[in-house]
Amino acid sequence: LGHGGGGLLGSELVECLFLPAFGTAELAAAPRDSVVLEVGGVRLAFTTDSYVVNPLFFPGGCIGDLAVNGTINDLAMSGATPVALSAGFILEEGLDMAVLDRVARAMGAAAKNAKTRLVTGDTKVVERGHADGLYVNTSGIGLVAAGVHIGPERARPGDRVLVSGAIGEHGVAIMSVRSGIEFGTTIRSDSAPLGGLVAELLAAAPQIHALRDPTRGGLAASLCEIAAASRVGIVLDEAAVPVPEPVAAACGFLGLDPLHVANEGKLVAFVPDAQAEAALAALRAHRYGAGAAIVGTVTDGHPGVVVGRTPLGATRVIDRPLGEQLPRIC
Amino acid sequence: MRGTAAAARRVARRIEVGGTVQGVGFRPFVYRLGREMGLDGWVRNDGGLVVIEAAGSADAMRRLSARLRTDAPPQARLRQVRIGAPAGDAPMHGSGFHVIASAEPPRSGLDDRPGLVPPDLATCAACVAELFDPGDRRYRYPFVNCTDCGPRATIVDGLPYDRAVTSMRRFAMCRACTAEYRDPADRRFHAEPIACPACGPELTWQPAGGHGAEGGEPALRAAVALLRAGGIVAVKGVGGYQLVCDATDEAVVARLRTRKQRPVKPFAVMVADLTAAGRLALVGPAEAALLASVPRPVVLLTARPDRRLAATVAPGTDTLGLLLPAAPLHHLLLHDLDRPLVATSGNVADEPIAVDDAEAVDRLAGVADGFLGHDRVIRARYDDSVARVVAGRPSLVRRARGYAPAPLGLPIAAPEPLLAVGAQLKHTFTLARGSTAIVGPHTGDLQQQETMTAFTDHLAHLTRVTGVEPAVVVHDLHPGYLSTQYAQTISVRRIGVQHHHAHVASCAAEHGITGRYLGVAYDGLGLGDDGTLWGGEVLLADLRSYRRLARFGRAPLPGGAAAVRRPARMALGYLFGAEAFDDTSLARAGRLAAPFLARLPPLEVATVRRMVAAGVNCPQASSAGRLFDAVAALLRVRDDAGYEGEAAAALEALAAGHTGAAPLPWRLATRDDLVVYDSAPTLLTLLEALRDEAAVGLLAAAFHATIAAMTVAVCSDAAAEHGTSTVCLSGGVMQNQLLIEALVTGLSAAGLTPLVNEQIPANDGGISYGQAAVAAAQLQDG
Ligand SMILES: [Fe+3]
Ligand SMILES: [Mg+2]
Ligand SMILES: [Zn+2]
Ligand SMILES: [Zn+2]
Repeated sequence: LGHGGGGLLGSELVECLFLPAFGTAELAAAPRDSVVLEVGGVRLAFTTDSYVVNPLFFPGGCIGDLAVNGTINDLAMSGATPVALSAGFILEEGLDMAVLDRVARAMGAAAKNAKTRLVTGDTKVVERGHADGLYVNTSGIGLVAAGVHIGPERARPGDRVLVSGAIGEHGVAIMSVRSGIEFGTTIRSDSAPLGGLVAELLAAAPQIHALRDPTRGGLAASLCEIAAASRVGIVLDEAAVPVPEPVAAACGFLGLDPLHVANEGKLVAFVPDAQAEAALAALRAHRYGAGAAIVGTVTDGHPGVVVGRTPLGATRVIDRPLGEQLPRIC
Repeated sequence: MRGTAAAARRVARRIEVGGTVQGVGFRPFVYRLGREMGLDGWVRNDGGLVVIEAAGSADAMRRLSARLRTDAPPQARLRQVRIGAPAGDAPMHGSGFHVIASAEPPRSGLDDRPGLVPPDLATCAACVAELFDPGDRRYRYPFVNCTDCGPRATIVDGLPYDRAVTSMRRFAMCRACTAEYRDPADRRFHAEPIACPACGPELTWQPAGGHGAEGGEPALRAAVALLRAGGIVAVKGVGGYQLVCDATDEAVVARLRTRKQRPVKPFAVMVADLTAAGRLALVGPAEAALLASVPRPVVLLTARPDRRLAATVAPGTDTLGLLLPAAPLHHLLLHDLDRPLVATSGNVADEPIAVDDAEAVDRLAGVADGFLGHDRVIRARYDDSVARVVAGRPSLVRRARGYAPAPLGLPIAAPEPLLAVGAQLKHTFTLARGSTAIVGPHTGDLQQQETMTAFTDHLAHLTRVTGVEPAVVVHDLHPGYLSTQYAQTISVRRIGVQHHHAHVASCAAEHGITGRYLGVAYDGLGLGDDGTLWGGEVLLADLRSYRRLARFGRAPLPGGAAAVRRPARMALGYLFGAEAFDDTSLARAGRLAAPFLARLPPLEVATVRRMVAAGVNCPQASSAGRLFDAVAALLRVRDDAGYEGEAAAALEALAAGHTGAAPLPWRLATRDDLVVYDSAPTLLTLLEALRDEAAVGLLAAAFHATIAAMTVAVCSDAAAEHGTSTVCLSGGVMQNQLLIEALVTGLSAAGLTPLVNEQIPANDGGISYGQAAVAAAQLQDG
C-alpha cells in the first residue's frame, strides 16, 4: 500500500474502495475537508483526521498541536466556527509517559489558543512494535453561519486565488529532521489554527467560493482538487507564490517541488475578483496571514487543469504529486 | 447493347486502391493510363481510397492492374489493391476515360482501413526551375506547387483529399490555373493546392511592434533586408513558424539564444543545396540522399572543423543539423541571402511551434524583429523532422513534417481500432486500425500546457480525418505521465504497456518481426512492472509479451528529476549508493573519488550523501542513460545537462576521435534470476585511469566499448539459451551513434541479427507506435 502521499492514489482509495463500501452520498460529493450537515435547523460541520507523523516532535510543533490545529482547520475550510474536539490515542506499549504528557499539554495549549475545547477522548494501548510510539486521532464539530456557502465545487471563472502566506515550511521541516539533513537555517513547521483567520476573511469577503488548507500534497493538490471539483481551469502565477528562500533552497537540494510540500497553517481561498483586494487586506491584517498573496486566477479554459505560468512566459501543467517521487523524464 | 463480338471480349472491373494514393498525383496517373490504353470508365477519390471502374479488352485490363503498381507516381505507396466487379453498370463502350467527382463518406469497399492523409512534399525540381525562371508566370512566386510537391497534411481538413477540404478553398482559381488543373496532360492536373500570383496566397510582412504594410515581393524584400542586417525573422513555413537568422553572424545567433531561452541546444541550419551542405559538414552518399529526400528532414551530420558558421549555432558538439529548402519561400530566402540560415522552431523554450498568425506575433513578440507570414492557413501543426544515417541507413530522430502522418504497417493487425497515447517527452500518439498505424507528428513535452493542447488538437483532427474511432486506448504504466492521465479520461477499454517493451516492440514491429526476439532497451527512465525505474534492460519478447532477462545495476537518483538535470548528482548517486554485489563496490572508491568530490560544492556532497543514506527522494533506477550521465560527470565532461541527453552527447563527441579503444573491466552478476551488469569495476578503473592522467577522450571511447562488449556478451548467452538470434535495439540511449554502430558490428560478428529503429524514433517519440503494436497483438490473441 503506498496511498499516504495525499496525491492521486489517496483519492483513488476513497473513490474505488470506501465510497462503494459505505454508500453515503456525502462521501460521493467533491472531496472536502469537513462535511456540513443540517441538524435541527442548525448547520453543523463535522470532520475527523488521524496523525501518524514521525518524528513526534519537530521544529515549530509536535504531533499534539498538529492534531488539534489540523482538525480546527478542516472545520474552518467549510467556514465553520469550531465548537468542540475529541481526541483518540493509540499508544505503543512502553511509551515514555513524559512524551505523552508533553503531547497532551501541547494539545491543551493549542485548543486554548484556538478558543476551542477538547471535550471527549479515548485511549488504546497496542503491543510493542505495533505502533510507532503514538498515533492521535481528532474529530471536531463546528457551526456554519447562515449565508455561508463554501465548497470545492463552487470556484468560478474570474475568481482570484489567494494563499495566506509562505508555503512549504511544514513538509521541509519534517523531512529535514527525519533525514538529518541540515540546510544552514532551521526551517520551522507553520502549524497554526486558522479558525480566526477564516472569520476575519468571511467578514471582509462574504462571497468566498472555496477554501482549502494545503496539507498533504501541498498547494498543487489543493488547486487540482478544486479545479476538478469546480470543472474550471486555474492559472497560477508561479512568481507570486510565496516560497521562503530556505524552503526553495532545501527543495532544490531534495529535488522537490515546493508546490507539492505540505503546510499545516496556511489556506488557499477562491474569491470573486471584486472582493479579492478586501480579502487580501483582511488576511494580511491577521497574525496567521501576514504573508498572504494573490497567486492566480480561475478561467473557463482547460477545465480541471492547473497551469503554472513561469516568469519566463512558459506554461506548465501542475498536477498532484504521486505517492512516490517518480521522475517523468526519460 | 452488348451484342457485338468486340463487346463480348470486353472485361469490366472495379479496382479499389488503398495506401498513400491521394495528394500524390495518382488520379492523373490513372487517367493517363486509361486514355493511353483506350479504356472506358472513370477514376475518383473515394474516402481515403482511389476507386477505378474501367472496361476494355482482357489484356488491357490485365496490363492496367500491373501498371498501377509498377508505374505509380514516386510519392504513392500502394498498401492494398482489391479487384472486383463494377458496383453498377459497366462503363459504356466508347464513353472514354474520365476523372469524376470524389465520393463522400461513408466509404465503400476497404472501409476497415483508415483514411490516409498525405504528408507534405518538398518543392520538386520542375517547380524550383519555374520559381527562378523570369519568363514563367510563377517567377518568384512563393506558393508554386504541382501534383509532385507542395503542402498536404498541413492544409487538409478532411478526406477525400480535394481542394474543397483544404485551406486553399478560399482562393478561387484564376482562368489560367483552372485550365492547368483540368488538363490531364498538365503537371498540375488536379494539383489541389494549385496557385499563382493572380489567384493564390500572398506574403505579408510585419515589423516587430509595427503594422503590416507590405505584401508580396516587397514583403520578401523587407525580410531579406532585415536578415542581411543581422535581424531575426519569424517565417511562416510549411507546418508552423520558424525563427530564421544569419547562421554566420555570431551576434544574432547569440541574441536568438537569449530571446528564445535556449542557451545551448544546437540550432538547425538551412542551406541552399548539397554543395553548400558539403562546405559545413561531412556529407556521404547516404547523407546526401537523406538531405535531398522529399520529406526534407533536418539531417544530423558531423561538422567540418573548417566550417564558416557562428560557434554558438551548435556549441560543445561536432554534430550539426542541416536541412535543404522544403518550400519555395525557403528557396527564395536562401537564393537572395546566399548564406546558411539558422532555421529553428518558432517557439519559446519547449513550447510547440506557432502556427496561427496572430498567435505567432503574440508569442514571438519578444523574439523576432519581423514576421514574414502569408494568408494560406496552416490547419495542422508540423515541426521539422530530424533524421540521421545509422549503420548506412536513414533513421528518424523526430518524425514530423514530410513523414507524419504517412501510414506504417503493424505486423499483427489490430482487431479493433485503437489509440496509443505514448509517453511524456518527445510526445507522439498513434491511431491504428487493421494493419495500418498512423503516427501523429512529434509535439514535445506534455508538461507544457501548449503541448498538451497541441496533442489533443492533433488527435481530434486526425481522428476526424482518418475516421478511426478508437475502441481501445493504450498507455504507459507510469501513472504520472500526462498521457496516462489523459487515457484515464477516455471511457473505452484500456491497456497498459510497459515502457521498454514498447521501445523494443517499436523496432520489432517496423521490421515486421512477429516471433520471439531479444529486446535491448537502453534508455533514460521508464517505469518497470515492479514499480522501480528501468532503463538498461534486455528482454526476451514478442509483440504480445516479454520476460526480463538482464538489467543494469541500480543506483539512486538523488532528488529524482533533479538528478537527471544534473549528471554530477547522478555520479554521487553511484558513488554513495550503487547496488553492491561484492566488496569491490564503489563505496570503497575512497581516495579515487576524492578529486571528484572536491570539485563539487561541499554542501551538495554532504546533502546528497545524507539523502542516499536516508533514502529521501532517491528512487532507484537500473538505467543505462543515467550511467552515461554519471560517467560524463566523473570524466569532467558535463556536471549539468542544459537539455535532455546533453551530457551523453558530449561524452560521445569526446569519444569519437578514439576508434578501437579497448573495453574497460566489467562484470555480470546474478540477482533474482536476472543477469545484472555491475558497473563498479568499470567505474573504479575509470577513476584509476583519471588519477593516472589518461586522456579523457580515450576513456570515453573505452566506456562506450565496454557497454557494447558487455551487451554483446549478454545477448550471445541469451540467444543461445532461448534459441533466437534477432536483437531489437531501441530506447533513447540508442541515439548514441558510436554505441549503436559498435552494437551492430559486435552483434553481427557474434552471428546475431541486430535491428535498429529507422522509420520510428528510438527515443520516446516511438513509444506510441510500440504500444499500438503490442496492444494489437494482445487483442488479436484474445
Ligand atoms: Fe524511453
Ligand atoms: Mg485534513
Ligand atoms: Zn512541383
Ligand atoms: Zn492562378
